[in-house]
Amino acid sequence: MPLRRVVVTGVGAISPFGQGAERMVAAIAKGRSGISRLPQPDFSHTEEVPRVAGRVPSIDLSVISRRHRRTMSPMSCWSVLAAEEALAQAGFPRERLSDPRFGVIAGSTMGSIHTWQSIFESYLLERRFAAVKSSAFFQIMGHTLSANLAQALKVTGRVMAVTSACASSAQAVGLAYEAIACGLQDAILCGGADEYHPLTIATFDHMTAASRGYNARPELTPRPFDRDRDGVVCAEGAGILLLESRTRAMARKATILAEIVGFASASDISSIANPDPAPLSRCMRRALDNARLPVDALSYINAHATGTRLGDVAESQAIAQLCGQLVPVSSLKGHMGHTMAASGALELIACIGMMQRGQLFPTRNLEHPDEQCSSIRHVRGVTDTPVRNVLKNSFALGGIISSLVLRKI
Amino acid sequence: MDKNMMKEKVNQILADEFELESNELIPEARLYEDLGLDSLDAVDMVVGFEKAFGIKIGKNTELVNIKTLGELYAFIDKTVNLQAG
Repeated sequence: MPLRRVVVTGVGAISPFGQGAERMVAAIAKGRSGISRLPQPDFSHTEEVPRVAGRVPSIDLSVISRRHRRTMSPMSCWSVLAAEEALAQAGFPRERLSDPRFGVIAGSTMGSIHTWQSIFESYLLERRFAAVKSSAFFQIMGHTLSANLAQALKVTGRVMAVTSACASSAQAVGLAYEAIACGLQDAILCGGADEYHPLTIATFDHMTAASRGYNARPELTPRPFDRDRDGVVCAEGAGILLLESRTRAMARKATILAEIVGFASASDISSIANPDPAPLSRCMRRALDNARLPVDALSYINAHATGTRLGDVAESQAIAQLCGQLVPVSSLKGHMGHTMAASGALELIACIGMMQRGQLFPTRNLEHPDEQCSSIRHVRGVTDTPVRNVLKNSFALGGIISSLVLRKI
Repeated sequence: MDKNMMKEKVNQILADEFELESNELIPEARLYEDLGLDSLDAVDMVVGFEKAFGIKIGKNTELVNIKTLGELYAFIDKTVNLQAG
């Protein structure tokens, strides 16, 4: 079956830099940090704990009707706002959202932990469920993002959730690309979101993977690939892309931002927590094969690199296995922290921003590349250069790995 | 409890929970057609009233037959008085 070409015609972002994709890209281009000090150590009063995070500033959510907002935690609200931004940018006809060939594929790490917390605070007090609000379930279910997006936007086609933690939105984009390429849908809103909760930091901290050494200087962490990196900085946000079949997009004279040309996803069974370079490298290679591109056609690799001791080394080695020092590499976690399930989509949006500007953005806080991460070519400063083909990695705890390939049109 | 105080409290809960304007909250207002509430809201309304008035409503079948805000005032008034006794 001949595959259809798939293009991006709209993007929307809520990030630690605030509302709007352009705002996020501009902040990254300027080298700003979205990391701030948390007011108090939320999950421990007895020991030093990480006190930094990439929080989304206050955003007016009342533009979403109460009827739809009541079943949404913040991350679903952000996703709706990001989707609206993407639709507006694409000039997508509103009535086509209810076409059965228009879908939504989006995911978060899990449902809202804040809402889970409120349910248990109420339930455990009285051992009685009657005090729990009826809308709570819709905020904690695994498909809370995609279902709420579909309800708010009146989407009647395929609505699916990808729940693979930090790889959720990259896999959602990959699935959307495949569904459109195979002719199963004509257009799909895809991406992901996550919202901050202290237990997310606690989870990474428990595995000794959270940054805790820069509490007094939040802007200096995370430090992907740097010798002084000390772990993940948890962040929050939502990233949504509108994907369309190229033929349909051209027929309605839409501005095409980029083309998705390749996707691969695989499982790393060496460990549920620590990545192995070999499967990462194979996954990148398969994404390039899917795109029918040789390695030397790549302008840039956007790394997943979160700033952990082990993960950054494994990814560096995997990229070195793929292309040595041929292709420039950077991670955007140094600017925004790890926006978890939103990271794949938000960083893809930033990659499109790099294509449009003809600039590569460096890894923020990379001052002294770790020797074990030195076998690749790091982007060390904003670099003016044509950005044509980009490979973007997204990985997740659980051995989930994925790579997407974008092409400038 | 004084009836006017009770009505004010009911109105406050409805206004806060369902983002209704005070001029909409008249006794003749129909909960579903006029105020735009639905079955999910009805559950949350009960949660709010139980907490605010310290009463148990649960799955009281009388509640499903209530159509207007005036009927709701009467139901809350009756339940508060019964359970206070």
